[in-house]
Amino acid sequence: MNGAEYLLFILMLSVFLGFELINKVPATLHTPLMSGANAISGITVVGAIALAGTGDADLAQWLGAGAVALASVNVVGGYMVTDRMLGFFKKKES
Amino acid sequence: MDLSIITSLGYVVASGLFIFGLKMLGSPATARKGNMVSAVGMLVAIVVALLDQGIVEYQFILGGMIVGGAVGAIAARAVAMTSMPEMVALFNGLGGAASLLVGWAALSPDANTFTLITIVLSILIGGVTLTGSLIAYGKLSETLGSGAVMFKGQQLVNSLIILGVFGSAIMFCLEPTDPTWLYVVIGLSLVFGVMAVIPIGGADMPVVISLLNSYSGLAACAAGFAINNNVLIVAGSLVGASGIILTQIMCKAMNRSLSNVLFSGFASVSNETTEIEGEIKPINAEDAYYILEAATNVAIIPGYGMAVAQAQHVVKELANLLEANGAEVNFGIHPVAGRMPGHMNVLLAEADVPYDQLLEMDEINPRMESVDVAIVIGANDVVNPAAREVESSPIYGMPVINVTDARTVFVLKRSMASGFAGIENPLFYKENTRMLFGDAKETISALVRELGG
Repeated sequence: MNGAEYLLFILMLSVFLGFELINKVPATLHTPLMSGANAISGITVVGAIALAGTGDADLAQWLGAGAVALASVNVVGGYMVTDRMLGFFKKKES
Repeated sequence: MDLSIITSLGYVVASGLFIFGLKMLGSPATARKGNMVSAVGMLVAIVVALLDQGIVEYQFILGGMIVGGAVGAIAARAVAMTSMPEMVALFNGLGGAASLLVGWAALSPDANTFTLITIVLSILIGGVTLTGSLIAYGKLSETLGSGAVMFKGQQLVNSLIILGVFGSAIMFCLEPTDPTWLYVVIGLSLVFGVMAVIPIGGADMPVVISLLNSYSGLAACAAGFAINNNVLIVAGSLVGASGIILTQIMCKAMNRSLSNVLFSGFASVSNETTEIEGEIKPINAEDAYYILEAATNVAIIPGYGMAVAQAQHVVKELANLLEANGAEVNFGIHPVAGRMPGHMNVLLAEADVPYDQLLEMDEINPRMESVDVAIVIGANDVVNPAAREVESSPIYGMPVINVTDARTVFVLKRSMASGFAGIENPLFYKENTRMLFGDAKETISALVRELGG
């Protein structure tokens, strides 16, 4: 398989898996699910890192650095606020 | 050993951890650990990315990480739980912006057509997500008006923008060396994000914010194609799927189709006047106390008004006192109560209400007949019986919490103004409804005092 087909294959499987997994998340956790999703979408940082580290000091490197900064807000902020929220959820002590 | 194998394996591990983390989010008992697992996955992916041989200097990367990380950490600590919808909206926008920049930076002279298409997609989706989220943020934080913005010829303008987007995207793919088309695509996608969200009113915000959540994932996914990176595709599509499912749940809970939410407000249909019989029966906290004291089963139905009044902590106090008085207390939570999915649950959890006391609409409705007092706090449309009874009502058919089945209904309300959807609510005129006018927090505090708290 060459590049594009292989990536499309991954896309299809991930989308199906995503639907299966998310359908099982109870309504009470939907807000942490969204902020957790914010954090995961910060995965763009991985792509941005390579672009920001070329050492060319051209436009692409600056754009990459900007993307690293924006995605880092998502990653750090998203995971931290999700953790903070999930810390509130407690079962009734009996 | 070849470093690229380590990179690939690292991304496989990271993807597995994301998936496992999301699976653990399936129960409140394991959710917090699941979030940790997902965060470890992210750490693995970042470390692996930093090991990439193509990287010759680190100051740009570290600079970006330190600035972004600090901003994120401060925001995550400082945000009030009532403001979570705004924060998620803003984060959606940042995710979109990051993907836009990655797509842009990935543009190189030797890109093939497939890569060019994915670059243009990541710029487009990223741009729409960025400005759409900023508008959503403005509406949620009320810095912009929360109502729908409509003007004459809006559909024509939007159609032209969409045509322009398609045209310039195609021209960009045909002539990638000419930067003009790139700038046109970026500009139009930013404009389109604004135009797409301004006609959507305050009550529909849960749908918009879910949809933008999904877009931020899809943008990451497109960026993954643009730079040929599979972990971006896996993570991006998980987020995309999550947002789409939440969007569907929100639409179903309002009995509307997605296109109806996106392209038409309630305004055009809500002009019909239906005659409502009965009269409004206001009571004060003292009268309410006598009824509550005798109740053995109480259901509390919160809405956005509870968040606005910051009343979640006094509500918990009230619940404690009622329980001490021997009553069973449950919370009934409508899927679109509040400004984002699950908003009420987080607020009540913050106020120490255990999650097994938070019942979904389908759980609370069958129990409603045995409820002595249903207390509606700052909710309106989600308890509107017109959805079941009045066929001409614009919300007819929308699933609601059937508070009218309870023996007595208390409605805590600031005034007689109608809800965000602007629809009359016959609940206020029902035989068994009692109105407690005033600020929700003050009213509940008064009840708490009466109950001896």
